[in-house]
Amino acid sequence: MPELNTSSLPDLIFSILFFFMIVTSMREVTLKVEFEVPQGTELQKLEKKSLVSYIYIGPPTREYRAKLGTESRIQLNEDFAEVAAIHEYVLQERESMQERDKPFMKISLKMDKNTQMGIVTDVKMALREAWALNISYSATKRQ
Amino acid sequence: MARSKRKVPGLNASSTADISFILLIFFLVVTSMDTDTGLARRLPNPPDPNQEEEDVKVKGRNVLVVQVNMNNEISYYYGDQASRVAQYNVQPSDLYVIAKEFIANPSNKANMPEFHPADPPLPLLGAYPVTKNHIISIQTDRTTKYDVYFQIQNELVRAYNDIRDEFALSKFGKHFADIVPESDEDLAVRGVYPMKISEAEPKQYGGN
Repeated sequence: MPELNTSSLPDLIFSILFFFMIVTSMREVTLKVEFEVPQGTELQKLEKKSLVSYIYIGPPTREYRAKLGTESRIQLNEDFAEVAAIHEYVLQERESMQERDKPFMKISLKMDKNTQMGIVTDVKMALREAWALNISYSATKRQ
Repeated sequence: MARSKRKVPGLNASSTADISFILLIFFLVVTSMDTDTGLARRLPNPPDPNQEEEDVKVKGRNVLVVQVNMNNEISYYYGDQASRVAQYNVQPSDLYVIAKEFIANPSNKANMPEFHPADPPLPLLGAYPVTKNHIISIQTDRTTKYDVYFQIQNELVRAYNDIRDEFALSKFGKHFADIVPESDEDLAVRGVYPMKISEAEPKQYGGN
């Protein structure tokens, strides 16, 4: 029986590899808050990731709980933050975007279901003041 | 000089496949293909500090108020003075029906939004009568659960989407989802049923 010619196998694997390299987007932040987003039906996809900035709100993960309690906290970039820091965060995020993309900036709010509306409203107010008006309440599809 | 007959030995490439396999597996593991989904909303412009706080005058019949109290109980009432009776123990899915009737006002009820000819005229439809002044206001307590608020938003957006879809089907014979964004048909449908969900600041009520 003739041996199978495997000389093109590396090329094949390489092309699959390149595909995955291109579609990969590594998670940029380590989450310090836990959240379970609500479920909805009228959801839209956030198409371009370069336009989206994230705000995470939820109870701190276990290791921070002793220090911070279980009340929902805001996480921007890598760290916990207060509502007052959102303005600065939005400006920074906008600064790092390309000029033509700036008007299409989107904020994805990844918030825990059980968060109280008080903090949500404060965040929304801060976003309004920073003119970051396109928001998306992050959610998963209800089956 | 004797011509060398030596051939360059072929590079042993049999391990390339293994190496790229390892790389492939690494990328397979770290890849997150899931795209973020969410309920897209647009916030109103920030309040102008120089401007005197003026009460936006909205006729009562154009307002539908949905309230959620600190115990996450939903109630609603029509802004019209004559029929201002709050309904309690409402489920988010009930709001879908209520909002749908309120937005379209198909039987032209007196406690639901009034019709005005569209101004400026809509593409394809011209001065079509629209309930452009209507507004659905969601008021929450600071201790309301975000999930309840989200479900309300979701139901209201669903009401708008369905109402637009029905309208697009009857006028243009296609689903709203199939209409090209920013086309004349899209602008017409959006013009007839503009999404007016007020994201007002929460009020303290219902306990302390």
